[in-house]
Amino acid sequence: MNEQVTHLEEKARQLRVAIVKTLHKSQSGHTGGSLSAIDMVTALYFHKMRHNPSDPSWEGRDRFVLCKGHAAPAQYVALAEAGYFPKEDLMTLRRLGSHLQGHPDSKVTPGVEVCTGSLGQGLSMAVGMALGLRLDQRDNRVYALLGDGELQEGQVWEAAMAAAHYKTDNLCAMVDANGLQIDGEVAKVMNVGPIADKFRAFGWQTLEIDGHDMGAILAALDKAETLKGAPTVIVARTVKGKGVSFFENKASYHGVPPSDEELPRALECLGEQCNL
Amino acid sequence: MSSMIATRDAYGETLAELGGEDSRIVVLDADLSGSTKTGVFAKKFPERFFNMGIAEANMVGTAAGLAAVGKVPFLSTFAIFAVGRAWEQVRQSLAYPKANVKVVATHGGVTVGEDGGSHQSVEDVAIMRAVPNMTVIVPADGVETKAAIRAAAAYKGPVYVRLGRNKVPTVFPADYRFEIGKGTELVAGTDLTFITTGLMTAQAVTAAEQLKKEGVSARVVHIGTIKPLDREIIAKAARETGVIVTAEEHSIVGGLGSAVAEVLAEECPVPLKRVGVNDRFGTSGKAEELLKYFGLTAEDLVEAGREMLARK
Repeated sequence: MNEQVTHLEEKARQLRVAIVKTLHKSQSGHTGGSLSAIDMVTALYFHKMRHNPSDPSWEGRDRFVLCKGHAAPAQYVALAEAGYFPKEDLMTLRRLGSHLQGHPDSKVTPGVEVCTGSLGQGLSMAVGMALGLRLDQRDNRVYALLGDGELQEGQVWEAAMAAAHYKTDNLCAMVDANGLQIDGEVAKVMNVGPIADKFRAFGWQTLEIDGHDMGAILAALDKAETLKGAPTVIVARTVKGKGVSFFENKASYHGVPPSDEELPRALECLGEQCNL
Repeated sequence: MSSMIATRDAYGETLAELGGEDSRIVVLDADLSGSTKTGVFAKKFPERFFNMGIAEANMVGTAAGLAAVGKVPFLSTFAIFAVGRAWEQVRQSLAYPKANVKVVATHGGVTVGEDGGSHQSVEDVAIMRAVPNMTVIVPADGVETKAAIRAAAAYKGPVYVRLGRNKVPTVFPADYRFEIGKGTELVAGTDLTFITTGLMTAQAVTAAEQLKKEGVSARVVHIGTIKPLDREIIAKAARETGVIVTAEEHSIVGGLGSAVAEVLAEECPVPLKRVGVNDRFGTSGKAEELLKYFGLTAEDLVEAGREMLARK
């Protein structure tokens, strides 16, 4: 297990590098929230989920819904690394004609299950997937990754209510609780805490972890699989911009890509040589 | 026009039939299954029916998720909630990804009656028509509803179907074949054309009979699919009869009347009168009273027909 943790930590570092390079190239997109989510995304795509990059619609796959669709770069770099499409495609992010839209679009990107980006809607879709898979008596699991700011959307709580009501224990939600949103601290813009208590009150099983501790992420994902009779939420404390010191914990980097000047410094933070 | 049946009843019956024919069909409702008639399906196939409570936004998203794993979801509530409350969910979760979800809304228009303006959707067709990828169907009677629901189930992609609360006269023969995107000439005529949808089609047939007694030959073209629109049948009516009256139980802003005006302006400009709810909200009253109050009766159409003939 320790070897696997080390392997995934290195994978996550490489994906952080890919996020920074991708966003630098596009000069448009969401840096902070992609970097805070990438450890969980890495754990899902390179350890936990059953999926087949050469057959994206393989029936036996687990499902992933990026509810916080603005962190699309995190999903795109993982999909490219897994082999859903060539890594060079990342350099077309947000360009006219690219299959890598600003927010996830299932019509054009292999491996993307639904369209997200309008916050608050993803968890409902995940609930629908969980209900449908259960109806077909499949043991596939559904993973939904939300932001903490996103929890301000009322629809999230409609979905939370429905998931518990229908006892969708094949659904695991993960909250990337980086504590920041565009206008500032989540707690000051519109406090959503205590997050785990709220989900518990809605009838969910809850786990709380450090969202950058790969060992803890894997343990929580395994634990969630054993919890029956109710959906599970993993509330993951994270750092917005994690891995690039001068991006960390800055709401101002919510939707700002690295500049030419920042790129080499960012890559240096990630232990990467810059060949520009 | 012998029998009377509410389009929502025809829906409930057809949905339950379809449930037996296709196990992929699942149904969602938001605490209105008795009113929308999805309860008929629920009783027959309880494991494939999901009551989502009074939470329309989540119902739409859940339907999108069910579609994403291969189900064919039908979701129902009143038109004002399906389109009004959950508009952006319908746009983002259904239309944008071309999700194979059928939004079948009942209680469209002012004939909702006593519940009043808060519950009478007069904008839903306009709003749904503006959304890319969306197909918009407004059946005239029970016969067409049954055929349209079957067509919606067979079609791969998002569909909006608008149904009514009250019993309406049957205008189509039992062997009527519905095709998405095709209008139907119900009454032949050469002097003017009524282009109508929903329950106004029956009113137009009555109006045409009245005008015939006055020596006026009025054509009636029913538009069951507002989008994609049968532009050809509209342009042909304009070329051949010279004046057009549209009629719908909906605002004259953005609905059938607007859609027809767009076609006429681009292909064959002729005088047009739009009969509908004149850019105002509904109000409480009995359905029949409200049709009179808003000028949506056969007599109103006869009057509109005479007015347009004078402009030829």
